[in-house]
Amino acid sequence: MAPSEAIKTNALQKRFGKVTAVEELSLGVKSGELFGLVGSDGAGKTTTLRMLAGIMDPTGGETLVLGRNMAQEAEEVRGDIGYMSQRFGLYPDLTVLENLRFYADIHMIPARERGGRIDELLGFSNLTPFKERLAGKLSGGMKQKLGLACALVHRPRVLFLDEPTNGVDPVSRRDFWRILHGLLGEGVTILVATAYLDEAERCHRVGLMHRGRLLACDTPKGLKGLMTGGVLEFTTEEPRRAVRLLSADFPSGSVALFGEKLHLYYADDPEEARERAIASLKKAGLEAPRVRQVEPSLEDLFVSLLR
Amino acid sequence: MKAKRVSAVARKEFLHVLRDWRSLGIGIAIPLVMLFLFGYALTLDVDRVPLVVWDQSQTPASRTFIGGFSASRYFQLVGEAGGYGEIERAIEARRAVIALVVPVDFARGVASGRGSSVQAIIDGSDSNVASYALGYAEGVTRSYSNQVTLDSMRRGGLPQPAAGLDLEPRVWFNSDMESRNYIFPGLIAVVMMVIAALLTSLTVAREWEVGTMEQLIATPVTRGELILGKLIPYFCIGMLDLLLAILVGEFVFDIPMRGQLWLIFASCSVFLAGALSLGMLISIVTKSQFLSSQIALVATMLPAFLLSGFVFPIANMPYPIQLFTHVITARYFVTLLRGIYLKGLGLRLLVGEALFLLAFAALVLTLAHHKLRKKIE
Repeated sequence: MAPSEAIKTNALQKRFGKVTAVEELSLGVKSGELFGLVGSDGAGKTTTLRMLAGIMDPTGGETLVLGRNMAQEAEEVRGDIGYMSQRFGLYPDLTVLENLRFYADIHMIPARERGGRIDELLGFSNLTPFKERLAGKLSGGMKQKLGLACALVHRPRVLFLDEPTNGVDPVSRRDFWRILHGLLGEGVTILVATAYLDEAERCHRVGLMHRGRLLACDTPKGLKGLMTGGVLEFTTEEPRRAVRLLSADFPSGSVALFGEKLHLYYADDPEEARERAIASLKKAGLEAPRVRQVEPSLEDLFVSLLR
Repeated sequence: MKAKRVSAVARKEFLHVLRDWRSLGIGIAIPLVMLFLFGYALTLDVDRVPLVVWDQSQTPASRTFIGGFSASRYFQLVGEAGGYGEIERAIEARRAVIALVVPVDFARGVASGRGSSVQAIIDGSDSNVASYALGYAEGVTRSYSNQVTLDSMRRGGLPQPAAGLDLEPRVWFNSDMESRNYIFPGLIAVVMMVIAALLTSLTVAREWEVGTMEQLIATPVTRGELILGKLIPYFCIGMLDLLLAILVGEFVFDIPMRGQLWLIFASCSVFLAGALSLGMLISIVTKSQFLSSQIALVATMLPAFLLSGFVFPIANMPYPIQLFTHVITARYFVTLLRGIYLKGLGLRLLVGEALFLLAFAALVLTLAHHKLRKKIE
């Protein structure tokens, strides 16, 4: 393993009885990299993260974090790893400060450094005014920031975050990502699982997971390059009806709804696709849509890869 | 094993207990309620047995005889009956447990020296009370007839009869033969067993249920540190319970304390270590608070109550069950507490029990350590 590779998995597999949660998963994350593991619910992201953090044993393959096999030697690197589980994993009946102190002591932070470190974490997570509040009484966004602060209390070199912004308001999400980018400046390697594709675009590299397998793994730009053809965006009065109509006329998976806009994926000729679509909508009596060619997003790629 | 991590876990666990009135209730209120409830209610002494009398004789002699009963603290005269029908109704209605039928010729029989027979009818549905009542009735009757014999000899100018054998009973350890004195030390053991296992049965399961365990096992905390840190607060609660129990025994129930206090605390700490670890083990294995507390209750409450010798003497049990009681830890603690409390025994005579408790604690603690995994299945 190259020393610059902080995280590596080889043919990782996890089966629960007959159900396969993760299959043939191989990826590498360079030291200091921000890596996004993207996939819908049930894609196997949480299982992968648990195996990477060494709290779940794989049924096949191996995971190496900082050169240690996490199935056998996890305890050796615990002090260098920060892990934040998907569920809020802090004590709701303890205050913000008590939670932080607990994790600081568990990580053997010396008493003279503890106060300063906790103040620093409270500061960048904007939790200082709430430090005496019970963790269970925090808002969703503050809970997640406290979770992150607790995972960072011992200055880990590798950080695993499982859907840290799930159910968090947009402002807190932005805060959260600002903190993550700040950590990169300290040389921390971060692997974050997320179901939000816009978040994946903020990562250096992204792995797309689906049904336990890694579909593709590259920079956000490189991934978009995987997309053959392009995307046409339609704005119509009746987007839902338009989706039904076009789905009948184009190959399956070519049409997707993004909010009120409709995306049509074409393989080679944009003009031919545009005319065919407009004709098909006109025939059904829909008024002419506004159509423009757009840059594919990761979301577009994801939808078209799953085609 | 790092002291700093153990104390971090212990401090956190203390905070959980302090902020959750339910665990405080289980830890402090329930033991006190149990001590009071059982201390007052659970008495095996039978006294003031309700008595009805059908006095067919209606003579000074019969009234003296009956007076012997009503003067005794073991009987309470609740009424006179005028026939068997009334006696039957009194016993059926549970107004009386025992009825005396004094025959018409009672006074004549006694005076003539021929003697007389008094019938006692006893409600045998509670065999324990019935046999006590019968014993008391025989005692009262015997002392009456002795008195009659002595009186008639004295009147006839006969010399006092030569002394026969005389049994001089002398009761050791619980000289008043108060069953409460016997039950209370055992009660402490039973309460401690149940509470200890119940308290810790929640602790690890709760971490799994709330989701904090997933976070915790991703830290460098070791299994030993986690278990020890979690035991400490509950150990303190257990010791506080013991102190409260001793105070209640001393000031409320007047239980004589003959042994050395330090010995009671020492043996209790060994016992607590085992009972707390048992709850912890159950919690670790089930990972569910509900299941864990149910199992802890069944696994401790029933054996501690029924098989520890706390109320029911082990010697009276069928042999296979007697064998089984050897693995009930509460049994040894009951023996220890009674020995120290009532007999003032020293460690030398109780070393076997103490060693068993020590071995049990070590075994359960090892098992709990072995079963606690820092992995998600």
